Amino acid sequence: MDQLFALAVTVPLAVAAGICAVRPFFDRRRWLLDLAAIVTAASVVVMLAFIMVRVRGGDQVYWFAGFRPSHGVAIGIDFEAGSLSAGLATVGAVLVTAAMTFSWRYFERVATYYHALMLIFLAGMTGFCLTGDIFDLFVWFELMGVAAYALTAYRPEERGPLQGALNFAMSNSIGAYFSLSGIALIYGGSGALNMAQIGAWASRHPSSRLVVVAFLLILAGLLVKAAILPFHFWLADAHAVAPTPVCVLFSGVMVELGLYGIARVYWSMFSGGLGHQQGLSRLLLAVGVATGVVGALFCFRERHLKRLLAFSTISHSGILLAGIGLLTPLGLTGAAVYIIGHALVKGALFLCAGIVLHRLGTVDEVRLHGQGRPLRVTGLVFIVASLGLAGMPPAATFLAEGWFDEAAPGWALAIALACAVVTSGAVLRAGLGVFYGLGDPPFEDPRQAQEAAEETGETETGRHRTPLTMIVPAAMLAGAAIAVGCLGFTGLGTAVQAAAVRFQDQRAYIATVLHGARVSHPVALYPPGPADVSPVAVATGLALAAGSVAFALLTLYRRRLRLPIRRWPRATAIAEGFQSGVINDYVAWLVLGLACLGGLIALIVR
Amino acid sequence: MQIFPFIIVVWIVAIGLYGIVTSRHLVHQIICLIVVQSSTYVLLLGVGYLNGGTAPYFFDIPLHTRVVDPVVQALALTDVVVEAAVTALLLSFAIQAHKRFGTLDPQELASLRG
Amino acid sequence: MTPAARRWVFLAGAVGLAAFYLFGLSGLPGFGHYPGPYGFIISRVAVPQTNATGVVSAVNFEYRGFDTVGEEFILFAAAAGMAVVLRQLRGEHEGPPVDEAADRDLPPGSEAVRMVALLFTGPIVLIGWWLASHAQANPSGGFQGGVVIATGFVLLYLSGEFRVFKRLSPADVTDAVEAVGAGGFVGTGLVAVALHLPYLQNFLPRGTVPGAVSSSGTIALISFFVGLEVTAAFIIVAGELLRQTLLVRGGER
Repeated sequence: MDQLFALAVTVPLAVAAGICAVRPFFDRRRWLLDLAAIVTAASVVVMLAFIMVRVRGGDQVYWFAGFRPSHGVAIGIDFEAGSLSAGLATVGAVLVTAAMTFSWRYFERVATYYHALMLIFLAGMTGFCLTGDIFDLFVWFELMGVAAYALTAYRPEERGPLQGALNFAMSNSIGAYFSLSGIALIYGGSGALNMAQIGAWASRHPSSRLVVVAFLLILAGLLVKAAILPFHFWLADAHAVAPTPVCVLFSGVMVELGLYGIARVYWSMFSGGLGHQQGLSRLLLAVGVATGVVGALFCFRERHLKRLLAFSTISHSGILLAGIGLLTPLGLTGAAVYIIGHALVKGALFLCAGIVLHRLGTVDEVRLHGQGRPLRVTGLVFIVASLGLAGMPPAATFLAEGWFDEAAPGWALAIALACAVVTSGAVLRAGLGVFYGLGDPPFEDPRQAQEAAEETGETETGRHRTPLTMIVPAAMLAGAAIAVGCLGFTGLGTAVQAAAVRFQDQRAYIATVLHGARVSHPVALYPPGPADVSPVAVATGLALAAGSVAFALLTLYRRRLRLPIRRWPRATAIAEGFQSGVINDYVAWLVLGLACLGGLIALIVR
Repeated sequence: MQIFPFIIVVWIVAIGLYGIVTSRHLVHQIICLIVVQSSTYVLLLGVGYLNGGTAPYFFDIPLHTRVVDPVVQALALTDVVVEAAVTALLLSFAIQAHKRFGTLDPQELASLRG
Repeated sequence: MTPAARRWVFLAGAVGLAAFYLFGLSGLPGFGHYPGPYGFIISRVAVPQTNATGVVSAVNFEYRGFDTVGEEFILFAAAAGMAVVLRQLRGEHEGPPVDEAADRDLPPGSEAVRMVALLFTGPIVLIGWWLASHAQANPSGGFQGGVVIATGFVLLYLSGEFRVFKRLSPADVTDAVEAVGAGGFVGTGLVAVALHLPYLQNFLPRGTVPGAVSSSGTIALISFFVGLEVTAAFIIVAGELLRQTLLVRGGER
């Protein structure tokens, strides 16, 4: 049963290698390839579900190659899974299964390597979530990265994917190498690569120079991956041009993995050694909220469906960082549940966008206005998922509202709610406009029109019926979001809160990993009543949904309502100056951003 | 000079990043990325060095000889392979840019989008 | 951003980041004063535990073997990615090649260069093979040996016989070899799982002579698979890059 830890990562790797070993055989039997990939991904979901059940009572540790720690020193690599880690990995595996099912009919022609790369990506994600060794984390981080770069450039004929992949690869590589520098630094001080051991060492040397700098450097790669301001520029370029099933993974889980990494690195390694939680929390909160606002503004401007969704991911990623950055169990609980809900609805939204591209041949909101009427089921799923993005009960995202309400300071909460309204309003505007033809299409913008026009070519268009393998995963993802939300009434909240408390207890983590001890925690956080869901959450969720719908309708009917919404060419030009597409700019901002964050952290901790 | 190798590390990162930011040629940018990545090798191997230690290969030296840290050498090896892989992939993107769009200038590539 | 503005933004950031980085580096124990337990423990226990005198390889393939699995697949994914990106292009442009420098004479291939390159190819492949199979003793191993063997193949191109290089490394074979190498490594760990051992634990009997090929258990086996994979991956990488830009005149080379 323990072996499932290893199998969850190595089975997809083995299948990927196996597929490539007999490539000519599979090239002629594409259905077999799709089936093999889907079955493998589904089996990983099952394995991770078993692991989740296993770790409900407490974290489990698995030592590779049989080298167990002695006297508090670890010489091998370990996997250390708690409910949050296993849960995130399961969500990732579910999204991969959905994406592979979707790709079956979506690509009319695909090389063997697509399936192998997706499976390798799955293995990288799972390894990243489960590992308890910081260098191992880096290895899986890079594996995910390389598979992602290759998958982004999957249609190299167009200019778009090429440039997106280049920017993606260079930004993330630089971030990853800063992370590796941080790892080398902390190794130089502590002589350990195991997270628990490093955590123990850092607690003995609190606020030392080494700990502070290593923390920020390791965080650099994770912040780039999580698309936090000002490291977020690559995301819109890359996510918008990667093939749609790949976008599902990127927005649904890869960005969230960066956030998980930040939480994991902080709580397992640095929470004892850094201290100053108030100051750090305010910094993370500020950065997260700023990202949320910038993402929301850019999202509103977009009319390329996939870029719109990509910017909404940036905005939500910022809000999630703010939630994690509260550094309290409730904040982490809210973020964890929100990640699950967001992954499922974002996946559904991207799959619907893919169906639109497949049937109608474009992702340009202006050109698509009203064209989506024949796609009735897709339209329904899209609207349901957008409402889920807004946080309407019973989609899982509304659960998070209650905990955020309780944990976050008022100003942050207000800004976060506003961002949620703007982003889901923009997505709803797109959905209502495309699928139901309500109101008027958004403003014409030649630059965005050209970007949207580049999207054809990834799939054969103009079909008259949406294949089942494409609409069923989308509907199932949206349905899963609702199902998870309903689980909120049956104890999901308590379980996640318990998991969050365990996640944040560094002493228990060190004891479990290095000494095999079992530590129990009392958990009775919020809400205190018999129902697991607070009325505040329900009320906030409904308000958000109503706000988003109102926002969308106002934008759509602006002409008839004579609303003074105009374009602002100066502001637009400035905004576009930042999102220029030139990698040199992105790297310059990355360096400046790191320097500012470093200075602030040094000030806070000293 | 106990910190000198580490000053070198910072210098290498700085010039590599400067190269990336001011470059007008994709292949040059990728080579500058390699330079940035090389700084981590210097850091790793510098961190693991032990005064008076020899190479950790006990084929011909007695078992309890003072050796430098073998773990960072293994990490650096992993690092080199990762860097080679990423570089190869990036170079293939660069070749493609040249073949399809006739340019290797990142600024031109961005402006071609419109 | 204008290039000048970009430079200023970068310089501001670089100064700050460099100061911050140096601040942290000054907290290190100092060059030559490695403090930590990990290296010391490994140097003490590696030879008795694994019978491999090359401690770095023992760390790479035994103690931290799982990292090496990930790294293998990074290389695998990169080669796959290159194949995706470059082969699609190649498939489309199967027309006659365009001579980019038609006004320049092709210098005649030097017989001496060809001779020396051909002479060296064999020994280099042998040396690479030796390197790959002695991970447990030397500062060598699958990675190093694999790269050297791949270089031997590239020498074939340098010696002028690109057609021979193409013929000796057909895409199907190199892909298959690479996949067998990667799959073999993962599979070695899975065999351990099948034997109810933790993943990648050594299950082969260890001999008595430290540093011999057969005494190190799975290290030699893993090194072999890694060598296969790295050889094939670098042949694929070099081959794809060469194919993109090489002009092959029919009948002249």
